[in-house]
Amino acid sequence: MSIIGIIRIAFKSLARNKTRTFLTMLGIIIGVAAVITMLAIGQGAKKIVEDQISSMGTNVLMVTVNFTRSTTNVRQAAGSGTLLELDDVFAIRSQVEGALYASPVYNSFAQLKFESQNWRTGIMGVDTDYFYIRNMNTEKGELFYDSDVENGTKVCVIGKTVADNLFGDIDPVGQIIRIRNIPFTVKGVMESKGQNVMGGDQDDSVWAPYTTVYARLLGRRWRNMMIVVSAVSKDRIPEVQQDILELLQNRHRGTTSEEFLVRSQTDIAETASKVSDTMTILLASIAGISLLVGGIGIMNIMLVSVTERIKEIGIRMAVGAGKRDVLLQFIIEAVAISILGGFIGILLGFGASAIVGNAMDWSIAVTPFSVLISVGFSMAIGIFFGWYPASKAANLNLIDALRYE
Amino acid sequence: MSDLLIRTENLVKTYQMGEIQVHALRGVSLEINKGEFVAIMGASGSGKTTLMNLLGCLDLPTSGEYYINNIGIHEITPTELTKIRNQMIGYVFQNFYLLPRTTALENVELPLLYRNKMSHHQRIRKAIEALTTVNIANRAKHFPNQLSGGQQQRVAIARAIVNDPMFLLADEPTGNLDTRTSLEVMTIFQKLHKEGKTILLVTHENDIARYAQRLITFRDGRIISDVPNKNPQNAEYDLAHLPKLPGDEE
Repeated sequence: MSIIGIIRIAFKSLARNKTRTFLTMLGIIIGVAAVITMLAIGQGAKKIVEDQISSMGTNVLMVTVNFTRSTTNVRQAAGSGTLLELDDVFAIRSQVEGALYASPVYNSFAQLKFESQNWRTGIMGVDTDYFYIRNMNTEKGELFYDSDVENGTKVCVIGKTVADNLFGDIDPVGQIIRIRNIPFTVKGVMESKGQNVMGGDQDDSVWAPYTTVYARLLGRRWRNMMIVVSAVSKDRIPEVQQDILELLQNRHRGTTSEEFLVRSQTDIAETASKVSDTMTILLASIAGISLLVGGIGIMNIMLVSVTERIKEIGIRMAVGAGKRDVLLQFIIEAVAISILGGFIGILLGFGASAIVGNAMDWSIAVTPFSVLISVGFSMAIGIFFGWYPASKAANLNLIDALRYE
Repeated sequence: MSDLLIRTENLVKTYQMGEIQVHALRGVSLEINKGEFVAIMGASGSGKTTLMNLLGCLDLPTSGEYYINNIGIHEITPTELTKIRNQMIGYVFQNFYLLPRTTALENVELPLLYRNKMSHHQRIRKAIEALTTVNIANRAKHFPNQLSGGQQQRVAIARAIVNDPMFLLADEPTGNLDTRTSLEVMTIFQKLHKEGKTILLVTHENDIARYAQRLITFRDGRIISDVPNKNPQNAEYDLAHLPKLPGDEE
């Protein structure tokens, strides 16, 4: 008998049991929809991470002391051993060819006060270069100037979160806030940058001239800092990384290249996207389990269906159906259920992804890859879980099947 | 009318029921020619159903030889056996064995579906033809549960003849029917016989066997008599002269 004929028979017998067919399909529908949605969410999360990283500036390099270096086998506390110095920043500016901007970053943490409002947040002492490197602009007011850095003026710009918490409806520009009781004039409010890769609020920060922070807030003692550098272009990043390492090694006698870390955003991006890939795999595996359960559901129903139709199988065999015809009929029934369920699941997955995307304001994309995977998987499930019941049907003894009551 | 259609040589069928061996057939040799109308009779347990299963190629003998049209059924492959069931034999069962939730037409179409090289139109045409032969074409779109027993059996007969088989095999075809519908069914068989079909009828009712031309009687797995029926009854006549009972429809 021709395949088309068997397909027709299989569909006819599926149509005879519409409710049961649909319920069996439901397992596959939900499984496929879950896989597609989870993959879409994973992709969306990855895209967001990538967007955030590129919002930080793709050419950015971060220079730090490597506290976890293994040369001495002793992990030293922050602030001991080799430290970066301000002169290193100037050296990078003047001697590293591919470096466009470089700025020191002194990190501190302090209590802010405006009238009766209090807010505890991070203070960054930076050069004006920093804003170019990080591609930051003010939303209100203006940035501080090089002259402010030279003179150690007590000015600052604040992030949106700080502005909201400290000032509420008042315009912060020109107001005076107290940082550890030292008065600073707010020159501007920065544009919102949202969360960073690690989920931290990038708007919950205050930036002031590094000279001021060093002299007034750190009491000229705390020398440890980080340097941010921007490369001229993205493809020169490896070269700049290498140059900075060599420069630092020359400037700090007796150190190895392992004592400093020059990390690019790409390095960080790679780590982050590895994390989100792992998340995606985890989510998809959980969804995959539901697909597997759906497949077992198909096998279950097909087994019941074979037992229920033993007599029908006997009649078919008596009027001329061969083993192969019966085998194919039941496999095609199972595959039809799983493929049809797969297609409905894909549509449902598209819908669910769109809803999740809307609710979380993510750009969620269903990729052709995930569609292909789901269809292939559901088809494989149909064949795999349809095989056993079908071969059971095909190997029935004709007389026993025919006389089965 | 003398060409040989069926020949069996010392057919033996033994079933193993746990420890006990059941000898259903103890060596049956039999010849049936084309165009014969044979009734195989016997009490239950006499082996007539086993013989029917073997003759219908639904089961294989433990030993012995079986030829249809000189094809040795006992020595062919399962695939060829399937083909023979499909194209050479038409079955009519006691319990009709129609597929449920499938229209009469689709049921009749079934043997054609398992046969290659036939278009949808050809199949429908042949199925309608067969239904017309047994006078039930007006019920083609009905499901089995919407048909009476006699009507279901007629659909089953249509299914048996749709593939133009070499012979019809009927296993107690009137076993589940009342006298009137039994006569209707026998009328159809006699009509088909008159048109040249070979018919093998398995029954334990003498009343039914009287309509055949040859009577083979079984007991304990052996043939005990094989006699021609010189004056077969006419089912159509009997049906017309059946005393009318109150409630009988015309």
